[in-house]
Amino acid sequence: MDRKTIDLWVGIFLMLGFGALLFLALKVGNLGSERTGDVYTVEARFENIGGLKLKAPVKSAGVLVGRVTDIRLDADKFQAVATLSLDKRFGFPKDTGASILTSGLLGEVYIGLEAGGDDKKLAQGDRITITQSAVVLERLIGQFMFNKAAEGPDKK
Amino acid sequence: MINGIRRIGSRGIDTIWRGGAMARFFWLVLLNSGMSFRRLHLTVREIYFAGVMSLVIIMVSGLFVGMVLGLQGFETLQNYGAEETMGVLVALSLVRELGPVVTALLFASRAGSAITAEIGLMKATEQLKAMDMMAIDPIARVVAPRFWAGVISMPILAALFSAMGIFGGYIVAVAVVGIDPGVFWANMQSAVDFRYDVWNGIIKSIAFGIAVSIIATFEGFDADPTAEGVARATTRTVVTSALTVLAINLILTAFMIRGL
Repeated sequence: MDRKTIDLWVGIFLMLGFGALLFLALKVGNLGSERTGDVYTVEARFENIGGLKLKAPVKSAGVLVGRVTDIRLDADKFQAVATLSLDKRFGFPKDTGASILTSGLLGEVYIGLEAGGDDKKLAQGDRITITQSAVVLERLIGQFMFNKAAEGPDKK
Repeated sequence: MINGIRRIGSRGIDTIWRGGAMARFFWLVLLNSGMSFRRLHLTVREIYFAGVMSLVIIMVSGLFVGMVLGLQGFETLQNYGAEETMGVLVALSLVRELGPVVTALLFASRAGSAITAEIGLMKATEQLKAMDMMAIDPIARVVAPRFWAGVISMPILAALFSAMGIFGGYIVAVAVVGIDPGVFWANMQSAVDFRYDVWNGIIKSIAFGIAVSIIATFEGFDADPTAEGVARATTRTVVTSALTVLAINLILTAFMIRGL
């Protein structure tokens, strides 16, 4: 086995390996699609964030426009404060509404933005004022049972 | 009975001693690594014998493991109507765990035992002593290139294993089960995060590469200079590498797991 053949095979080996790594990074992972371009952050307060997690997607009309980058509790007002990093390419009116939704029945929790009609756009550090908290399943069931019990005697 | 306890004690002390000797050996290898990169052809030759010669077993095993993952996952996923997430199952299992770990085990068995046997035989035929007498440091000339070849080859082999496995899963999903290829890739891309999954897998494979290479070279260097000694050293390489890789895997996974 002379040196030239060894060098050739090692070169092929390294190129194959690098190609496999690139394949894993771009085709299998999400390195290519997530543009970590310029972002601006806005704040949104919720009564209950439900199952919202860090790095959860922020979608408008179902299209990904940003990520949730921070979640903390405001200890004075006992509200959840979520920091949203939105892509600079998309501007949202100041009266945009943020709701916590679930994709599918048991899917991941995300924040959906519904654009309002204001002329002024949200800027860095602004706060989204119109928010809708997550639906907590137990409260929903409790409410349902309460309603059922309330209309029970009337029906009779 | 007392003798049995004595034996356990002496084996324990022996293991700890070997661990310490291996750590000192590791330090010596790092110190003497200059020659491996100044005379690159030494390392390139070792990459050929450790990495390129393992290509066939790694890629074929990867293909088979990926296909089996696809088949096994299909039955359970079908219960929840989630067949289309088969790509996610195959990709995450391979990239996070099976790629680095199985590649490390196969690498230890094939290349690790070969390195141990080669160095052990050099020791048994007194070639290492001869080098010492000619003022050539055997660690720099013989051991360090093989160590660095192992460290460089492992991540590459692990990536190839994972890639072939995903391809195998793709074959099972599209040709056997009948999942739409676009859905397969779309689900996979949205579930596999580069930094969390692929990059952690690469870190694991580098750590395993260091572990397997240092164990293989140490066992060879420390072998008894007889035929039986070389055979015992080769066995020890495979067994110790397997246990160490799995232990390191547990520790790394515990640190890397999100949400704990």
